[in-house]
Amino acid sequence: MFVSRIQNFIINTGKTLLPLVFIVIVWQFIVVIDKLPPYILPAPLLVWHTLVNNVPLLFSQALPTAFESIIGLTLSVLVGMSGALIFTYFRLAREYLLPSLIISQALPTFAIAPLLVVWFGYGMASKIVTVMIMLFFPVTMTFYDGLIQVNENWLDLAQTMQATRWSALRYIALPAALPALASGLRLAASWAPLGAVIGEWVGASQGLGYLMLNSNARLQVDMMFAALIWLIALALLLFFVVDRGMRWLIKIR
Amino acid sequence: MTQCHSPGILLSKASLRFNQKILFENLSFELAAGKITCLLGPSGVGKTTLLRILASLPLAGRGENKLQTLPATVKKPNPDELIVHYDEQEVVCNARIRTSDQLPLRGRLAYMAQTDLLLPWLSLLDNVMLGNLLRHVPRSQSQIDHAMHILESVGLAEDAHHKPHALSSGMKQRGALARTLMEDQPVILMDEPFSALDAITRYDMQTMAAEKLQQKTVLLITHDPWEALRLGHQIFILRGQPANLSAPIIPPMMPPRDITDEALLPFQKQLLRELDLRISVT
Ligand SMILES: Nc1ncnc2c1ncn2[C@@H]1O[C@H](COP(=O)(O)OP(=O)(O)OP(=O)(O)O)[C@@H](O)[C@H]1O
Ligand SMILES: [Mg+2]
Repeated sequence: MFVSRIQNFIINTGKTLLPLVFIVIVWQFIVVIDKLPPYILPAPLLVWHTLVNNVPLLFSQALPTAFESIIGLTLSVLVGMSGALIFTYFRLAREYLLPSLIISQALPTFAIAPLLVVWFGYGMASKIVTVMIMLFFPVTMTFYDGLIQVNENWLDLAQTMQATRWSALRYIALPAALPALASGLRLAASWAPLGAVIGEWVGASQGLGYLMLNSNARLQVDMMFAALIWLIALALLLFFVVDRGMRWLIKIR
Repeated sequence: MTQCHSPGILLSKASLRFNQKILFENLSFELAAGKITCLLGPSGVGKTTLLRILASLPLAGRGENKLQTLPATVKKPNPDELIVHYDEQEVVCNARIRTSDQLPLRGRLAYMAQTDLLLPWLSLLDNVMLGNLLRHVPRSQSQIDHAMHILESVGLAEDAHHKPHALSSGMKQRGALARTLMEDQPVILMDEPFSALDAITRYDMQTMAAEKLQQKTVLLITHDPWEALRLGHQIFILRGQPANLSAPIIPPMMPPRDITDEALLPFQKQLLRELDLRISVT
């Protein structure tokens, strides 16, 4: 049982990594055969060296980005879920606010990120707000959809059982909406570092986004790739934690 | 306790219009105290609607507001009288509901639908105790014992801790019956509760229901004339548009009846005739 689980894990990891390994090998070949200079495309081996030799630097720059992502994600989840509950319970909010909220999503976060730096400063606040603006909407919409798609017949049953509005939410609509909420949260978790980096690109003195801009300016493309790999790792980590957490919640609901 | 005091229910002056379609006009309908009343009728005549009026459930769907409010406005001029008034987008409905014991019906009825409505994330036991959960009644050992006892009586004791997906459709519907019985209400409204079951399981469930629902005031909507003959103390047929109610058909003997009994033959004939069912090819 245990051994077969380990076997499965190795096999699945292998299946996941195989295409990546293939890409890296092709990449290395292209660089070697075409004799590309490292400031155009660094070879994977060079990126690996940069990655290994700069752990303290990368770590210290990943820390603020991770902080912004996590705080931004947490706030997005709080605001997003409250928004969904408000739209569920207040018809006026749904009729007056929901349409403009949907329209506002046509605005790319990139376009307003400079404004956010003007308003919220050079520090972490503007990055956290960028993350929030990017993420709360998917959380709101997935949760709201989950809530209003609850089986009406369950609500009929609850009504004949003298349920209160709160108990119908707590014991019927909320558990029924959990899978939908989970997909919104997974999406948000994997996007959070991206939001933070966008904020950092516009103006910052630290963070992976800052490191990327800086390395780019100095033609240290290998360092850019190293920062990118840390960014991906951060996104995967957040995704993994949220995914596990939601799976657990769905299991015990 | 409450079982011996199940009230009779009189629905009167029921008028209902969906868009331009008049479903009921001044309809009256009586549920005899402590008896099973079966309601038969063609599809679309308004049987479910009638049940939903009695239960004060919304008639035109809940729409986007589904978690927000209950659309029925309930007025209470006299203690023994309830006026249900719906004015949803597509439906205008008025009706008076009186009970023979002059107590309000609200909070004294249990509802069983065509589908089991078990919540997939709760164990069967928790599903049976759903009413207590929703009313914030603390979960006590005596409640659990009571629920287990009911589950045992419908033959599901062993499955109490299984989730609904692990049960067959007949077992699920028995679970729904257990949940309905757990509510221990004097009035039970059932909308085609056995129609999704195979013939054998349905027969079993009918016998079980007849035994468990003794002394309760039951409205049983069904499509199946033989089910009505097995279970109904009295049988009504709803027909036409606007719908009107047949005179009550009262078969001899006590339910659950043996439908192969010859004494029931004339009633079978009468029911089939009233439902306009052709028996042979002409
Ligand atoms: N939301 C609605 N909007 C408009 N008309 C409706 C709505 N709900 C029901 N109706 C109409 O009301 C009529 C009665 O519906 P109801 O569900 O009560 O029928 P029923 O007798 O229970 O039928 P069945 O035996 O098929 O369950 C139907 O003819 C339908 O056209
Ligand atoms: Mg119906």
